[in-house]
Amino acid sequence: MANEHKLIGKDFTVPDIEAKVTGRAKYSEDFRADNMAFCKTLTSPIPHAKIRSIDTSDALKIPGVLAILTADDVPQFPPPAQGIFAKDETFYVGEPILAVAAESEEIAVDAIEAIKIDFQQLPHVVDPLESLFPGGPNARSGGNVAAGQIKLQTVKWDGADFAAAGDTKMPLGRPAEEWEYGDVEAGFKKAKVVIEENFVSGTMSHNCMEPRTAFAYWQGGKCFLHGSNQSHTAAIANIARYIGIKPDQLVFIAEYCGGGFGSKIPGYPNMAIAALLSKKINRPVMHRISRYEEYGIGSARPGFQGYIKMGFAPDGKMLAADLYIVQESGPMATAGDFRAAAGAMSLVYQPIAMRFRTVPVLTNTVPVGAQRGPGENQLVNMIEPMMDKAARQLNIDRFDIRIINAPDSKAKFGKDQGPVTSAFLKDALEKLRTFSNWEERKKRSGQKNGTKVTGIGIGQGYHSAGSNGFDGLLRITPDGKLHVHTGVGNLGTHSWASTARVAPDLLNVSWDNVVIERGDTRRGLPFNSPQAGSLTASTQSRTMYAAAMAMKDKLTDIAAQMLGGKADDYELADEKVVQKGGGKSITYQQAAQKAVELGGKYSGKEVPDELNPITKSSVAMIAGTGLIAAAKDTLPRVGTTPGLTCNVAEVEIDTETGVVEIKECMSVVDVGTVLFPLGLGHQIAGGQILGIGLAHLERHLYDPKLGIPAAVGFHQGKVPTYLDVPPNITWQAVEKPDPQHPLGIKGVGEPSLGSGSSCIVSAIADALGGHLFNRTPVSADMILNHLSGRPPAHKPLQVNTV
Amino acid sequence: MSDADKTGASSEQGRLRATRRSVIKGVIASGVAVSAVGYVVYERAAKRPAAGSVERLITLNVNGRDRRVDVAPHETLAHTIRYKLGMTGTKIGCDRAECGACTVMLDGVTTYSCSTLTQKARGYKITTIEGIAGPDGGLHKVQKAMIAELGPQCGFCTSGQVVAAVALLNHNPHPTLDEARRGMSGNLCKCGAYDHYLKAVMRAAQEA
Repeated sequence: MANEHKLIGKDFTVPDIEAKVTGRAKYSEDFRADNMAFCKTLTSPIPHAKIRSIDTSDALKIPGVLAILTADDVPQFPPPAQGIFAKDETFYVGEPILAVAAESEEIAVDAIEAIKIDFQQLPHVVDPLESLFPGGPNARSGGNVAAGQIKLQTVKWDGADFAAAGDTKMPLGRPAEEWEYGDVEAGFKKAKVVIEENFVSGTMSHNCMEPRTAFAYWQGGKCFLHGSNQSHTAAIANIARYIGIKPDQLVFIAEYCGGGFGSKIPGYPNMAIAALLSKKINRPVMHRISRYEEYGIGSARPGFQGYIKMGFAPDGKMLAADLYIVQESGPMATAGDFRAAAGAMSLVYQPIAMRFRTVPVLTNTVPVGAQRGPGENQLVNMIEPMMDKAARQLNIDRFDIRIINAPDSKAKFGKDQGPVTSAFLKDALEKLRTFSNWEERKKRSGQKNGTKVTGIGIGQGYHSAGSNGFDGLLRITPDGKLHVHTGVGNLGTHSWASTARVAPDLLNVSWDNVVIERGDTRRGLPFNSPQAGSLTASTQSRTMYAAAMAMKDKLTDIAAQMLGGKADDYELADEKVVQKGGGKSITYQQAAQKAVELGGKYSGKEVPDELNPITKSSVAMIAGTGLIAAAKDTLPRVGTTPGLTCNVAEVEIDTETGVVEIKECMSVVDVGTVLFPLGLGHQIAGGQILGIGLAHLERHLYDPKLGIPAAVGFHQGKVPTYLDVPPNITWQAVEKPDPQHPLGIKGVGEPSLGSGSSCIVSAIADALGGHLFNRTPVSADMILNHLSGRPPAHKPLQVNTV
Repeated sequence: MSDADKTGASSEQGRLRATRRSVIKGVIASGVAVSAVGYVVYERAAKRPAAGSVERLITLNVNGRDRRVDVAPHETLAHTIRYKLGMTGTKIGCDRAECGACTVMLDGVTTYSCSTLTQKARGYKITTIEGIAGPDGGLHKVQKAMIAELGPQCGFCTSGQVVAAVALLNHNPHPTLDEARRGMSGNLCKCGAYDHYLKAVMRAAQEA
């Protein structure tokens, strides 16, 4: 099938890339308007407090101060949801409490300094286990546990739970949620080798390069919002909710987004501040966000404190797994990483029986949220080195133990043991074994060179990577151009562009004759997939497929009306509708002109009922301008669509400094049909590089006594630099199409980070003779303390300390 | 890593440096605000004369053109470029000389414009991302290579990466891969596009 395609599977020049390399690409802070005012937020200086009173009288007297917006002026959301401003109670250092609009930012800052807030400090907590301890502090007055379906409540474990665990083990108190499949205890009884470990996965900022600046003004009763967001139309209803308007009152302009990594999926509360202040003062408002502020509101990956027990048969098959995760959830119930981690455990390792227990604990740390592979990637970082340990104890090869457990297309997923649409991780691992020259490479494991020692690691990654049910929108205008309307957003993965090539490929339109409509809701954008969750490549390509098929039906229908016969008598050639077997034809221009004359379903005056309201209003904007095909993707898809990756890394650890140098990384991916090779390579390399950060560099830090964040700059947060990454990252793809996708495509963004990270953690353990830190990031001082026989600097299960 | 290390030279670099502390001192007169530290657009100073006798209406040479501009004593070059000269290609990612999104060249030497006082840039040839392409709009070989290698992902750091790469190749036209990664290491990218950026730098180095 691949050979038939002219665009799918081929490299191309991404349409927005010239704007990026010339500086012409406009992000939210790059817009200006006459009479533009600025605003700044006042953020909480303490981690947990009652707000007893706010006195803004002195601030309002300062010349140039235009308005103050507080929690009383903005839409409210029931606790523990993240609101726009703290109301009555503040939950973390950096939480917005109010905003001041002024003629300049400097005046706004003066005004903030003049505002008096009477705080009553409350006990705070940055470590979940401390909150679970009998009598331990709650992060909110309403409770200390919440997430999704788990409603806000107070959970305290028994002193006996902690006493039984002692200082070094994870106490296993009453969970807030648990499930089990198979007979776990029987599995452990049968096992030849049992691995039982406690672990800690640190938290880290999303660190988007673009701080989430917003710029807004009102015109004709509509709010024009320039925001930094990774999704576009999928976010509109939610952003409108934050502003307190109807979705069709929002004009959302987001042509570029300077990084999101999961922190900008359905919009975020902060976006509403500029919009609401603009309404209040009837002037355009620019709300720039500083890097410091970004650390407060820019989201973070949740931390884990956990326990795992795995039992293995002599051949390496995982007979049973028992996983317990206590999640450091921040103060709002904003992340479900713990559930995703359990899903990854069940999918990547296919344990015959599994038990999962969890407590998501609220903490007075910054709000957390989905971050590229949320939960799955923390999980594989912990498990992959343990798989090596099991292989060592069973005396089997490290690839073999992964392959025997890896999912194939008969794999089962999660607590319900549901199906997958396809899984070729076994194939990927076999391919990686060859690609990495494993038999030769593994001989270098533990080899010493002066003060340095070599480690070889294997990592695996998983995330669901495809969805369905969204609307495609295509239009051929009377000039013969194919307009691809796409509402997926522009996160930077180039997938908005690669998926836009599906329709012209299927409709035989030259890429030069394609106009992509995106970035601004006034262009008529359909309701599309969020640009998140490794979804876009797979989901948007099948959405485009559905729209292209609808367009094909309309083209052949019009040809039959113009030339006689039935629609089935016609087929598509190069921008023409041609009678089968040669004969009469019409051009796409002629078809578009005819559609405008015919009106009705041909020109968008009538649309299918099943379309999302956002799509319907978008079609209404462009109706009558050409031949319009709007269609919902109703193609079947049963089960989880997994994106799966595996990596090998070779590292050298300097035993005198603890520094880890990454020498080489390679990856093999199971992403179905390859849509855009250069873009796929970029996601694999980028995932590897961010994985290096997750494995041994990036972190949030909190002073446990004061609750103050200490990593509020790029270098404090330890974002990887050019010098932290290997000079060349190589990859291959399995290239087996997913049978439940019309083009066989699956996503890759998140798994690539998981396997990129866990191969480094595995390699570090390997260099140290199999020593497990069971903690990320694996910092240089942890390595040095271990090598010199000193105890670690942190308490065994303490989180946010390295 | 210092800017001098990045591009391999300039004894003049030293006199451009203003510490972050001195910039903040200038901005916020009395101590640190509750928590509003961070970006500040300096409009108020334009209305109230600052202490001292620093000339405000100055000439800057930007991308080959002399521009007259009213500049406060404590204003940063990134701010002047973005908010006074109307060029928004220079990005502010951290405002404290960490990320390099604001990288410009002063007399060919890469400089973090977020942490350079505009007054200190007088007398230099300032080159921003908008000045990298030729006067006819023809792309620089670094820009062409960035397109061919699909350098950027989200693109927010790209302006700085391009300026850094151009400065690097001006000083060292044929760097080794290791020299290239050291030369570029003052510019952060959170998408992890380093691999593709480096390929672009090496490709550009091979072009005439």
